[in-house]
Amino acid sequence: MARKVTLQRKLGFTALAWFLGCIMFFPIFWMILTSFKTEIDAIASPPLVFFQATWENYQLVLNQSDYLKYFGNSVVIAGGSTILALLVAIPSAWSMAFSPTRHTKDVLMWMLSTKMMPPVGVLVPIYLMLKYLGLLDTRTGLVIIMMLINLPIIIWMLYTYFKEIPSEILEASRMDGAVLWKEIVYVLLPMALPGIASTLLLNLILAWNEAFWTLNLTAANAAPLTAFIASYSSPEGLFWSKLSAASTMAIAPIMVLGWFSQKQLVTGLTFGAVK
Amino acid sequence: MGNIVLEKVHKCFGDVEVIPSVDLDIKDGEFVVFVGPSGCGKSTLLRLIAGLEDLTGGKIIIDGVDVSDSTPAKRELAMVFQSYALYPHMTVRKNIAFPLKMAGMPQDEIDKKVMAAAESLNLTDYLERTPGLLSGGQRQRVAIGRAIVRSPSAFLFDEPLSNLDAALRVNMRIEITDLHKELKTTMIYVTHDQVEAMTMADRIVVLQAGDVEQFGTPLDLYNKPVNRFVAGFIGSPKMNFVKGKDADEFDAHEIGFRPEHMSVSTTKGRWKGVVSVAEHLGADTFLHVKTDEVGTLVTRSDGEINVNYGDTVYVSPNTDKIYRFGADGLAL
Repeated sequence: MARKVTLQRKLGFTALAWFLGCIMFFPIFWMILTSFKTEIDAIASPPLVFFQATWENYQLVLNQSDYLKYFGNSVVIAGGSTILALLVAIPSAWSMAFSPTRHTKDVLMWMLSTKMMPPVGVLVPIYLMLKYLGLLDTRTGLVIIMMLINLPIIIWMLYTYFKEIPSEILEASRMDGAVLWKEIVYVLLPMALPGIASTLLLNLILAWNEAFWTLNLTAANAAPLTAFIASYSSPEGLFWSKLSAASTMAIAPIMVLGWFSQKQLVTGLTFGAVK
Repeated sequence: MGNIVLEKVHKCFGDVEVIPSVDLDIKDGEFVVFVGPSGCGKSTLLRLIAGLEDLTGGKIIIDGVDVSDSTPAKRELAMVFQSYALYPHMTVRKNIAFPLKMAGMPQDEIDKKVMAAAESLNLTDYLERTPGLLSGGQRQRVAIGRAIVRSPSAFLFDEPLSNLDAALRVNMRIEITDLHKELKTTMIYVTHDQVEAMTMADRIVVLQAGDVEQFGTPLDLYNKPVNRFVAGFIGSPKMNFVKGKDADEFDAHEIGFRPEHMSVSTTKGRWKGVVSVAEHLGADTFLHVKTDEVGTLVTRSDGEINVNYGDTVYVSPNTDKIYRFGADGLAL
């Protein structure tokens, strides 16, 4: 029997969804609002909803620190680590999806298990390794670390997408004379493109927002936007509105990217859920 | 050329032996059908010939060259898959052109060959469509187009018609047979449908549990089955088997007789029974007759016969057309 959807039910669920959506969006909304307040308005109690808006914070933040340098570092670290990770993950996911062995599942589980450990547990060894390699506070070092950190998730996602591709199609390409790289480039990649695109987007977002490693492994040279935000909660005190302005500027690029690619992200993440 | 020889071909998946040892000699230009029940190893054997599976032992020789360790591409065979396995992101034109592109053929030559293949398969109107927009029969044609376009030394078909509806299946069966007559290229065709096997093949390989039970022409298999398995597998409805004193009479462990070699009477006959199922197909009528002495027998009579469910009838085999088998299942 089909489930009866009454108008009241529909309205109820719509209202609930909007309510939850608003709760989730509220912190971001409040941050953007605060970024246009003066420091005094920002700490006013009760909080002010109507106030005299000002661009002052943005001007100050831009003058005080080199936003573009941080932005550039974020682009290099998030973009570089994503591309490098895809280069490693595509062949590995391909081999696990299409030539699985008895231990493929174990390898996948092991990779996922590395994400279960708190990162701080390996902070010291990784810090020391980067130090000996001379990669502390370098963009190269961070690209490698971010790549390694997100690799398990990327491989898992790609593996899931590749599993959906019928192996007969790849076999057909082999019969048609395609050598391995042509099979991957002409057949596998175009078919897996939606999955690869959403993996790429998700990884860009994860790498862009990652704060633990970027804060601990960078100082002046390779610091990305997460460090830029953190620099506004300083020993001299918290500057709410400046912190908000910095945060807004830091998340704006990734918000815009996420907004334009939301359809792709949703299709990618639910790929294969419905046949 | 397309002479394919299998020498002691042996295949295991892990500890499971799928093909113990197969020897076959498929002549150039022959249409050979591999037939057998599910899981008999027919598809595996085809995939071994294609190079999609590695041999555990033995040799595969194509036109005198040992290709046992060659990649699929080097064997110059074309394959049509059960699921068609078209490239969903490419148009029909690109699908058909793909093997030529992989072979590094110049573009103008590719265009010519693709057009020729499309014309022969009535696909010219669909060249710019993607496979998702085609019907099952059209997809099958594209798959065949992709196979014929590069003039392979042999075609391999892996149950290519099983996803089509009955009417289309008959049409495609005729098209593939015509294609074979036109191209005169070796074709190896895997199916579990013995009607397909009987109607299409020059010679049929009957497989069971990875062993070749018999390799011969369709009528050979029908008239002179080497054992009980082949006798029961070829022919529809299946051959009836009877053991005991009725078999002793013919000096055999077991006797078999085909439904079409039996007579049905309402008055007298060898075995008395009750009709448990009456299938009136129009031209033919199949009766399942439940007897006390020898169990259920299936008969094939004229469509005109006026016998229905629950009627009592007498059935008798045509004694000239009796197959005799020994205790080991081999024909006597």
